[in-house]
Formats: sequence, C-alpha cells, structure tokens
Amino acid sequence: MFLWVIQRDLLLAMRRRFDILTTLFFFVIVVSLFPLGIGPEINILRTIAPGVVWVAALLASMLSLGRIFSNDYLDGTLEQMLISPQSLSLLVLGKALAHWLITGIPLILISPLLGIQYNLPLDAILILALSLLLGTPILSLIGAIGAALTLGLRGGGMLVSLLVLPLYIPVLVFGSGAVEASAGGLGAGAHLSLLGAFLLIALVITPWATASALRISME
Amino acid sequence: MSYNVNLSTIFMLQGINLECMRGDRTLFKNINFSLESGGLMQVRGPNGSGKTSLLRILCGLAPPIYGEILWDTNNIRSLGEKYRNAITYLGHLNGVKDDLTATENLYISSALAGVVITKNKVHEALQQIGLSGRESLPAKVLSQGQRRRITLARLLVCDTALWILDEPLTALDSSAIELLRNLLEQHLKQGGMVVMTTHQEITIAAIKTQQLQLT
Amino acid sequence: MAINWFKYSSPASFYTLAGKMIPYFSVVASGLFLLGLYISFFIAPTDSQQSEAYRIIFIHVPAAWMSMFLYLIMAIWAAIGLAFNTRLSAMIATAIAPTGAMFTFLALWTGALWGKPMWGAWWVWDARLTSELILLFLYIGFMSLQAAINDPRRADKAGAVIALVGAVNIPIIYFSVKWWNTLHQGASVSLTQSPKMATTMLTGMLIMGLACWIYSIVVILIRTRAIILERERHTVWVSELQGSSQ
Repeated sequence: MFLWVIQRDLLLAMRRRFDILTTLFFFVIVVSLFPLGIGPEINILRTIAPGVVWVAALLASMLSLGRIFSNDYLDGTLEQMLISPQSLSLLVLGKALAHWLITGIPLILISPLLGIQYNLPLDAILILALSLLLGTPILSLIGAIGAALTLGLRGGGMLVSLLVLPLYIPVLVFGSGAVEASAGGLGAGAHLSLLGAFLLIALVITPWATASALRISME
Repeated sequence: MSYNVNLSTIFMLQGINLECMRGDRTLFKNINFSLESGGLMQVRGPNGSGKTSLLRILCGLAPPIYGEILWDTNNIRSLGEKYRNAITYLGHLNGVKDDLTATENLYISSALAGVVITKNKVHEALQQIGLSGRESLPAKVLSQGQRRRITLARLLVCDTALWILDEPLTALDSSAIELLRNLLEQHLKQGGMVVMTTHQEITIAAIKTQQLQLT
Repeated sequence: MAINWFKYSSPASFYTLAGKMIPYFSVVASGLFLLGLYISFFIAPTDSQQSEAYRIIFIHVPAAWMSMFLYLIMAIWAAIGLAFNTRLSAMIATAIAPTGAMFTFLALWTGALWGKPMWGAWWVWDARLTSELILLFLYIGFMSLQAAINDPRRADKAGAVIALVGAVNIPIIYFSVKWWNTLHQGASVSLTQSPKMATTMLTGMLIMGLACWIYSIVVILIRTRAIILERERHTVWVSELQGSSQ
C-alpha cells in the first residue's frame, strides 16, 4: 500500500515532468546568484558554499511543499484517503517520500556541479551530496506537517514558510556544518550521524503529526 | 487482500442526537435515524442546510459537535478501519486525476479503498458504466459527465455494505441516471444500504425508504 | 439539556471567575514591579566592570525566562485542548501566544541594548540570542497560522499541532544552535557568564521575575475573557451579560 502511494505520486509527477525541473532550476539559479551578489573572490565563495547550497535546498524543498497535498485536496482524492481503510500515517509517509524522490533526489544529483562552481575540494563535494542525501528527506517529512496544516488556506504558501523554516534550522546547521568540517579537515562523521539520527526521529514522529494535521484540516 | 463484505448479514447504521455547527451557526441538531440492511435514506433540505456536512459526519471525516453514530451498535470512532472497510463515499468532488487515464483512475481509487482489482475487472466495470473505447484517454479530455462515470464505476468494484452518495446525479445524462438507479436497486436488493442526497427526483425501489429532512 | 448546560458553563464560569481575579492580580503585579524596579535601580550595587549598564538584566533575564516558560505552558494547554477537546484550554493557549512573543521580543531588544556597551555591537550571534530569535519565529508561526484560519475549531487544533511540534523541536534547535556557535566562535561571550551576582541583584531579579509572572497571568486572563466573548457571542449568557451592562 505504502509502495503503491509512492508509485502513484511518481506516475503523476512523470505526467508533469516539467514541475520537477522547475524546482531543480530554482535551486541552481539561487545558488548561482550568490557569487553575483558577493563577488567572485574564490576564498569567500568556498567558505560560504555549504551554507549557500543548503539554504537554497531548504527554499527549493519548501517551495514545492504545496504539491504534496494540494492537488489531492482540490480534486477530492484526499477525502478518499482519509476514509480509506489503510493507515493514514503510512499513506502520508509514502507521500512525503514521493515528494523527496521528486524534489530531493534531483537536488542531490546536481549538487556536485554546484560544488565545482564554488571550487569546493572533491571530498567536500562528496560530503555535500551525502549530507543532502541524509538531510533532504527530513525537509520533506517536516514540510509535510506544514503543508497539511495550511491546506486550503489563503496565502498558504507564505504561511508554510513561517511554520516550516524555523523547524528546518537543525538540518541546516548540521548539513552545512558537515561540509564545512570536512573542508576544514575535521571530518564530518559526527555531523552526518546526527543528521541520520534526526532522520530516524523524523521518520517516526512526523507521519503521525502530519496525519493528525490532515484530519484537522479536512474536518 | 479481500475486503468483501458479506451482505447476507444484517447491518445497522444509527445516528443519535447529531448536532453540527459551522463557524458559530448551528446547521442542525437532534438528528436521529436508524437504517438497516436494504434500507435507503434520502437526505433532503435546501442549500446550506448541512446535507454534505451530515454525510461527511457519517463517513467519519468530521466529528459531530454532539451525538454519535453507531455501526452495529458500536461507535464508528472506535471501529476505525473496520467501519471504513464497510463504506464507500462519493462526494462532490470526483477524486479523478486529470493526468491519468480512466483505467488508471479506477485502478488507483479502488486500491485506495483497499480493493486491488485485476485489469479485466477494471475493463469490465468501465464498459458497464458506458466508457468503453475511452479507457486509455486522460481524464482531462473527458466531459464532466464522463468523469462522474469514472467515479461511479467504483461502486461496481467495491463490495461495501454502506454507500454514502453526495448528489450522485449531478452532471449525469438520462442513460447514466438509469444505470445508477439499477445499480442502487441491485445493491439494496442484496441487502446493502444507501444514504444519498439529491436535488432531482428519482424513484428507487427499496425494501424501506426513508426521508431525512434538514431545515 | 443537561449536557448543553455543561458545555457552555465552563467558559462562562471561567469568564466570571477571571473577572474577579484580575483586579487582585493587577494590584500584586504593580506592587511587585515597583518593588523590583526600586531594588534594581536604587539598592543593587553598581557593577565594578559593567557600571550602570548591567541594570538592564533586571528586565532582560526575567523576560527571557518568561519567553521560554510561556511557550511551554502554551504547548501544554494546547495539548490538553487537543487531547480532551476542551475549548477553554485552546483559548488559553491562543491567549498566551502574544504575551510570550512580547517577552521574547523584549528579551531580544534588551539583549541588544546590553550588547552594545558590552561587546560594542547591537547584535552578536550568541547561542542564547539566536535561540531566542528562533523562539520568536516559532511564536510568530503559531500566531500567523491561527490568524489565517477562519474556523475557530480548526484554528485551535491546527495551532495545537504546530505548538507541540515546536515544543518537541525546541531542545533540538537549542542543541544545534549551541553546537553551531561553539564550532564557529570558540569561546564566545555568553550572557550568563556575568560576574558573581550579589544577593541583592538576585533578589531584584527574582522579584522582577515574579512580577512578570503575575503580569502575564493578568494579561492572559484578560485576553482569554475577550476570546470567550468573541467565540460565544451567540450564546444566551453573553447576550444576558450585554443586556445587563447596557
């Protein structure tokens, strides 16, 4: 059932392939704007690279949150999900993971290219991709709560950023921290294991919170 | 995984002292009814009288402000998925995805309801509902009535005891209405139950028909 | 309709009870504020290193305490409201948020005022200040969400979910900010590393803290009464109340 939801959301995303690219291009453009605003000084760019890439990933993931539930809400599928005999938490987990596969994976794949843009050393680039791999699913999982709470509200997109961005801070700190630590020769092990721990916590808690948020929003 | 409900058993749906509010306006209160196997309940009332709200409460989508709904004398809140296994709800919205074909739509919506059906059965159901030849078209090129038929096709593949239908006749032409009437009559004859709202007059033969008037 | 009477009685009786309590608490809060301010400005000795500027901590520290306590209390009331479906507790949670946000803002503002003479900058990315800033964001998120929802019951429950998610997250956020801070600044100046406190200073701070508590109770009671009136304006007891006051 869980796999089935993921499969369905991926199928829907494939029918609207360009939406995936929109998120990806947004990510690339934001990251490319910083050198234009700051100047091409290579040492500064190398220092800010982890933070810039991670903040851009946060924004890209957040801006695509609307897609998790709003289409299903508008056409009535979400109502059917709520009265489905299947466990809503599991359905919601499937949808959050589908969101990650659609928005998170492309970001991870393109990130080495951006690392090269910022002249990061090779192992830092590797850590960047790895930290995104561990961190972006957390963004989708936490974001799903915000998306569920703001379902059908006017100005939901802005509101979701107020709700979700503060909750993203730990992921940002440890995600970009991992890359910095590795670039500084300290080793990123501690950061990455903490990100992994956050991911496990998020996997356990957020589906439940999202499911209750959906029930509240659909009453 | 099969959720077939044995329709030879007798089921009972009861609403006790139901009260519903929207904002700070009371839509209805002290609503009582009891519906048994083979029974049809038509919910009537003017716009804004709370028909849709009542149906959503019956599905368990929203809790009533006051009162309870019993399924075989158990509160539906405590029954949870056991109750959700026994109902099919068709709301105002079709739950049809524009980007998917009729076949994919039907397959997916029944899988969501816990029934995984074969390709053959999907094909059969779509044919029966009058969509043969259009199975592989994306839903966005279909007319409003044809999309409604995709939704109604779920009634053919889901063996649930209680059907809760919100304005099922909307956008249907006379042949589709005839089809739905037959479907409902057959379901009722087999011991199923139907709760529906409709603005149009439709006569459906049932063992017991009751009207619930909301004001 | 025994049940209906019960349903409407609890906000109604709370309304009356709160109305009776407010004057007493207001007097106590004013008294404590006067006493606390007197101690802070006239009795507490001048600090040898920071001279008179340090006196801002008499409002800064209690404000920072309150900002955190109030979030916790708000989350607890919200949780009770969600678990037991009691409308009054959700109303109290809603009433707490603006006061909590106000104290958070006050803590940040006084922190900046103190930072200028201490560190020569209005703002430093100190772990505590940063956490306080994030706390302000959490309050703002809670209030914006509730403001965006028209249906009060959905607003109550949605607010409760975000308050609880925030409460679970606060320790993680605090921990990560602390980690981030030590990594980037090494041994930074921390607001608590103030020199050993004189007893009078501590007394002043505690009295100011107590005054802030009672003040919060007063304001929250007033705000809860206003929310009750707004939500229950169509009930019999509110129209009776209006009839008798006109």
